[in-house]
Amino acid sequence: MRRVVITGQGAFCALGASAGETGAAMREGRCGIGELDFADVERLSIRIGAQIRGYDPEAHFPKQALTLYDPFTQYALIAAREALAGSGLEITEELGEEAGVVLGTAGGGLQTQDENYRDVFERGKNRVHPFVVPRLMMNAAASHVSMAHGLRGPAFSVATACASSNHAMGQALGLIRSGQARVVLTGGSDSMLCFGGIKAWEGLRVMSKDGCRPFSASRNGMVQGEGAAVFVFEEYEHARARGAEILAEVAGFSMTSDASDIVTPNQHGAERAIRGALRDAGLAPEAVGYVNAHGTGTTVNDRTECAAIRAVFGAHADRLMVSSTKSMHGHIMGGTGAVEMLACVMALREGVIAPTIGYDAPDPDCDLDVVPNEARAARVGAVMSNAFAFGGLNAVLALRAV
Amino acid sequence: MSGEVKDTVRDKVVAILAEQAVLEPGEVRMDSTLADLGIDSLGLVETVFAIEEAFDIQVPFNANDPKASEFDISTVETMVRAVEKLIDANR
Repeated sequence: MRRVVITGQGAFCALGASAGETGAAMREGRCGIGELDFADVERLSIRIGAQIRGYDPEAHFPKQALTLYDPFTQYALIAAREALAGSGLEITEELGEEAGVVLGTAGGGLQTQDENYRDVFERGKNRVHPFVVPRLMMNAAASHVSMAHGLRGPAFSVATACASSNHAMGQALGLIRSGQARVVLTGGSDSMLCFGGIKAWEGLRVMSKDGCRPFSASRNGMVQGEGAAVFVFEEYEHARARGAEILAEVAGFSMTSDASDIVTPNQHGAERAIRGALRDAGLAPEAVGYVNAHGTGTTVNDRTECAAIRAVFGAHADRLMVSSTKSMHGHIMGGTGAVEMLACVMALREGVIAPTIGYDAPDPDCDLDVVPNEARAARVGAVMSNAFAFGGLNAVLALRAV
Repeated sequence: MSGEVKDTVRDKVVAILAEQAVLEPGEVRMDSTLADLGIDSLGLVETVFAIEEAFDIQVPFNANDPKASEFDISTVETMVRAVEKLIDANR
């Protein structure tokens, strides 16, 4: 079977405007969560989030192009540009036909929808901008990344709520393994920090008003973030032949469905996904040193996830480091698995384990080494990244050092 | 709060719970628990929403830890009392 490696990475989120900046923030345990700033925020009961600050779209894109880009597309384009530049790949006519894009998103162009609903319903306008549809469609980001870089092979978007990015990266892995592509730009992006986006989440009553504290006894819900991360997945021999710097090997992937409840997570579905990724990667549980948890900061997710990790890893669970970086960048929904993959690559390459910040009180239901509050130096040879979505859709990736 | 208003509050809360549980209002007893009525966590979130809409109040309730919320959901009775208090506080 063809092996798949990561040869480039890019990011844009509340922690930083690049993969390097975001990684540095994770090392420092910096929190990107703050007061939300957008129209009508005073009508919300949830007023915090990991919002991108000081962003000037016109510094990144021509004004004309921006009429076509919802923020979720802008973030994906910025991250993809960085990832591709870092990989050193040149997308020639020939390679372009074997290069694809698979991006996760949960909300697509939600800000575009929000603004235009305001126009027609609140302001009574009878006309909207002609590009509303191409801006808001879920595949807009994948299509624009494809167009920007001449990637003419398989391109599509994946929407599995909070697991979208992990499902997307799993599909990218499959495309290269099966020979349908040599190079795939993959990851995810979301930008739901607008009135309608938060108002909808408020309704479910699972959001925290004061902070994201995964695994802490004091945790009281999730906090939303926004942003994107994109990686260059490349066939191993292709990367080697051109002397590319290899950041990590994408060793295994598994997806399962709980088939039980539309919002409550299920331990067995999570367990099966973690086991499946280990099996696919040919890794013994003892070989894994770090798990980037889904760790949303809700009571039920964190408890269920810890139980699933214990069930899979047995005694090794006590030697495993398990952190949730959502405590820093918030829950980026369809983009979250991709931003969290940065922490996995950092663990393998730099020997730095990103912390779970905001940790202030142990919970007996989450009695794992959650790397509380401060990053830790540790050498690990294999890592995993969990994502468990609403709808009971689980996707777990395993990475290995090369 | 007058006796009549109180009856209305109780009847409305019972009606909301009955609808959520797919029962006749007569089958909802004041000492019933949510489990007795077969209302799960998602049903509870919907119930809280329906109560907020019906009485134009804000119910302090976090699905992460329903028991820690100020809104006492132990029985139908405690929920009715909690709604009455919120309505009073709103006056």
